[in-house]
Amino acid sequence: MNGFPWLTVAGALPLLGAIVIALVPGLPADSAETDRRARNALAKYLALGFSLLTLVAVIIIAVKFEVGGPNFQFTENYSWIPAFGVHYALGVDGIALVLIAMTAVLMPVVILASWYDADGVLGAPPAPDLPAAASAATPRPRHSVKTYFALMMTLETMMIGVFAATDVFLFYVFFEAMLIPMYFMIGSYGTGKRQYAAVKFLLYSLLGGLLMLVAIIALYVYSARSGVTGHHGTFLFSQLIHVPLSPAVQKWLFLGFFIAFAIKAPLWPFHTWLPDAAAAAPPGAAVLLVGVLDKVGTFGMLRYCFELFPSGAKYFTPLVITLAVIGIIYGAIVAIGQQSMKRLIAYTSVSHFGFIALGIFVMTTQGVSGATFYMVNHGFATGALFLLAGFLIARRGTDRIADYGGVQKVAPLLAGLFLISGLAMLSLPGLSTFVSEFLVLLGTFSRYKLPAIIATAGIILAAIYVLWMYQRTMNGPVREQVAGMKDLRPRELLAVVPLVVLLIGAGVYPQPVLDIINPAVKVTMAQVHTTDPKPAHPAGNTTVAQKGTAP
Amino acid sequence: MIGVLAPAAHAALASSAAHAALAAAAPAGAIKAPSIEYGQLSPMLVVFGAAVAGVLVEAFAPRQVRRAVHLVLALGSLAAAFVLTIVVAAMHSLYANGSPGHVAAMGAVAVDRPTLFIQGTVVVLAFVSVLLIGDTSNSPFAAQAAATPGSPEEQESLAAGIMHTEIFPLTLFAVGGMMLFPASNDLLTMFVALEVLSLPLYLLCGLARRRRLVSHEAAVKYFLLGSFSSALFLFGIAMLYGFSGSVRLSAIAAAATSNTSNATLLFTGIALTGVGLLFKIGAVPFQGWKPDVYQGAPTPVTALMASCTVVSAFGALLRVFYVAFGNLTWDWRPAMWVVAVLTMVAGAVIAVTQTDVKRLLAYSSIAHAGFVLTAVIAVSPAGLSSSLFYLASYGFTTVGAFAVITLVRDPGGEAGHLSRWAGLGRRSPLVAGIFALFLLAFAGIPLTSGFTGKFAVFQAAIASGETALVIVGVLSSAIAAFFYVRVIVLMFFSDPIPDGPVVVVPSIFTGTAVGFGVVATLVLGIVPQPVLSLASHAANQLFVG
Repeated sequence: MNGFPWLTVAGALPLLGAIVIALVPGLPADSAETDRRARNALAKYLALGFSLLTLVAVIIIAVKFEVGGPNFQFTENYSWIPAFGVHYALGVDGIALVLIAMTAVLMPVVILASWYDADGVLGAPPAPDLPAAASAATPRPRHSVKTYFALMMTLETMMIGVFAATDVFLFYVFFEAMLIPMYFMIGSYGTGKRQYAAVKFLLYSLLGGLLMLVAIIALYVYSARSGVTGHHGTFLFSQLIHVPLSPAVQKWLFLGFFIAFAIKAPLWPFHTWLPDAAAAAPPGAAVLLVGVLDKVGTFGMLRYCFELFPSGAKYFTPLVITLAVIGIIYGAIVAIGQQSMKRLIAYTSVSHFGFIALGIFVMTTQGVSGATFYMVNHGFATGALFLLAGFLIARRGTDRIADYGGVQKVAPLLAGLFLISGLAMLSLPGLSTFVSEFLVLLGTFSRYKLPAIIATAGIILAAIYVLWMYQRTMNGPVREQVAGMKDLRPRELLAVVPLVVLLIGAGVYPQPVLDIINPAVKVTMAQVHTTDPKPAHPAGNTTVAQKGTAP
Repeated sequence: MIGVLAPAAHAALASSAAHAALAAAAPAGAIKAPSIEYGQLSPMLVVFGAAVAGVLVEAFAPRQVRRAVHLVLALGSLAAAFVLTIVVAAMHSLYANGSPGHVAAMGAVAVDRPTLFIQGTVVVLAFVSVLLIGDTSNSPFAAQAAATPGSPEEQESLAAGIMHTEIFPLTLFAVGGMMLFPASNDLLTMFVALEVLSLPLYLLCGLARRRRLVSHEAAVKYFLLGSFSSALFLFGIAMLYGFSGSVRLSAIAAAATSNTSNATLLFTGIALTGVGLLFKIGAVPFQGWKPDVYQGAPTPVTALMASCTVVSAFGALLRVFYVAFGNLTWDWRPAMWVVAVLTMVAGAVIAVTQTDVKRLLAYSSIAHAGFVLTAVIAVSPAGLSSSLFYLASYGFTTVGAFAVITLVRDPGGEAGHLSRWAGLGRRSPLVAGIFALFLLAFAGIPLTSGFTGKFAVFQAAIASGETALVIVGVLSSAIAAFFYVRVIVLMFFSDPIPDGPVVVVPSIFTGTAVGFGVVATLVLGIVPQPVLSLASHAANQLFVG
């Protein structure tokens, strides 16, 4: 698979874009508003262009990816810091590939959707009778527009890098460095308690990351002692999985990694930063935060916690499953009680991340495949819902659910798309989220009946929070302030429609995606099983589980 | 010529003291005729020589050209010293002649690879600090330190444009002392070096042009506490001499393994010399001077102290504890462990409440000293090389950060109070962005030098089984991250305050200093391999005895 470094290209394109955008010369403060708009538009088109180029590169990777080929493809490996045994090593398996593809798809969508987020100009000029209310509720940050888009493009490089890295050190570098652009996007361009939210987000993630750093260094030291690579330690994932670790060590190292990922994901009870951060972030940044950044947590659990510490993972499985189930129910119940749209969507994510973690830790092929597919679907469904909520907020200047009502009558397109995305959140059959949620529950039921039953209640709660929010905002009498609301503009439609199409398309015909995911999942499962045979199941479920794990 | 002779005489003086000590312990025949290896000592000799020449310039050069001459002399000698360090390092294998190291000046000075690395670092950092010191646009130094603050004399001297050009030779003396400090192979030379580096710094601390009383207070505090710690250090030397009959580090190490009586003398000696050295690096509980002195001193001097002095003092600490007490790790490790934990935690926690940017960096410097101590405790080649790397990377970031502080000004001087920094990111995105980069490096974010350094020291500590220490380390890093991030929040996420500070356009000097910091912070973060291999090359031969 050595050849053209497609992954490096896909990762470097956004960074190149960020540099080009940053080099767009600014204009003096007293220059005309139209000049400034033109200059800002240039930065935006550059961002859009580079993100589309990246998408093309990722599509090429996806097309060239051989299903049934080697587990890691498009591998690159160069020595980076020999003193630490660190390599610049990239490669994708099916799981990483679909997550990179999701990132690459979301990026242009987010850029389109947040076209005016940074310059404080509302998507639609507020109706003449409203300016005071609207402008008071949406402060207009006077930050540079090009910085916002440069940060966004830098973030894309890191998001692709974090999924593509096959060196644990490199993974950590992206994992931590990723926080900085997001921190500035929330802190500088957010609304409400943005400073508090940004600091909370950064510190929470840093704390988890630092604990993981200890585990990473310890892993390195153990790899050096084991002599797998001679006297030097290694960070290469392909070598680390052969390092023998005692069960006690595995438990500690598992915890070091897991806490970082549980904070990132976020799993109950490490979730409290997410609603604050997502509510304060501009809608586009919130989509990237919930849709992509948080996936790094669940991706890390699957890739690193499982394959590096199989017996540690098994030891903690009951605990994680308990946390996941609590998260599913807790997130959904708290979401029902939210008065702010963005916080509501953030809490639904806590519930959904519970599902993903549940699917991963039941350690059945269906569960893990379902969880991986869930990650992608959740990115699209939550992304679409967040963006639509963002459009609503931009029109009305508030994210209080109670301030809306009857939107469906004035903006039918917006309401319709909002409904489809909402239904995707509650896993309506026919939408792709149904496939993934069903797989997760099936995989869970084959091994753990009670958690599966409790988790299923989460779907009912999901119906409550989605439909009730829809009812309060879209139905009912048209509220006075909503009356003048304009429907979606072409730019906004262009952003959201692809996501909805993907949700429906993958719901009707999910097989291609599952075909890419499944081999990688089987390899992961094999790695977990080689060191510790699967525990016996009740006879009735053996067939299901075996069907799942058979090669 | 005189300039070259003076330090030689000084070195001879120190070595004759060592002689006396040696003569008492070893048979007289073991001592060769006195000889000074000028070539190997040349980096130090050049700096001391330039310092003495600077005194003559002060006496004879006319006032108009004095500053220019001083600047050329200081920068030139530091650059020459750096080149000579590289030459000595390159030729080192010749001197060492296969043995693990080499001593010069009759055993008073050690020339080994770790020392050369430290000396090279000190010289480069001093070069950058001198750039800051020499920046006369809006000089931070008092025109006449002796004039009462606010008095007519002061007004007059300000108006006349008088400047204390003695700061240049003083700085060079201090730098020379810093180069000798980690190179000293016997405790008396080390004590002399300690005094040579400290005395000029006491003076320099009191020379701030603005907030003169705070500056004077800093100088007096530093002087009193510094003298106290020097006295303790000297007392410790006496104890160790009483124990081993020698002040030479290797002789003490030998006595520690063979001589099992008089352990009280030995342990008291270790404790007292340890206190003297820990005082210089500002480890808790000997950190009390640091915030006041860092805040009161003129910022370029603070930069010099925060980078060069810390590097040099760590070099001396490493030498004493690895060479003289290297066989006693079981005895001093627990105490050092406690000091490291206290230093990391107290530095990070107290920093959270600071409101002055220089005090904040002082406490952050204390916390960072604690991080380096984790590697010192590792007592391994990896521990040594990672401390060397950490010190170099931290030094550059620190100089850069203080250079930025000199740029942010209120009408009454530098804008020290953090609230004045609010919204700086909107006014001058570039300066605020650079400062944010330095803060992120302090916080240890990947792709900056701070992360590489932290990774290296923590790795060395874990490899030596100090996992608990590292966990304390990462928890304090998380606390420390809070206050670095808070400054970023202030600069970028807060609205600018009305009549906020002005960011002056940096002169070529300050600009270069900031540039050094930025480049080093990024390069050591992204491609650290050359410096890492240099450090590990320096450390694969431990200190010479």
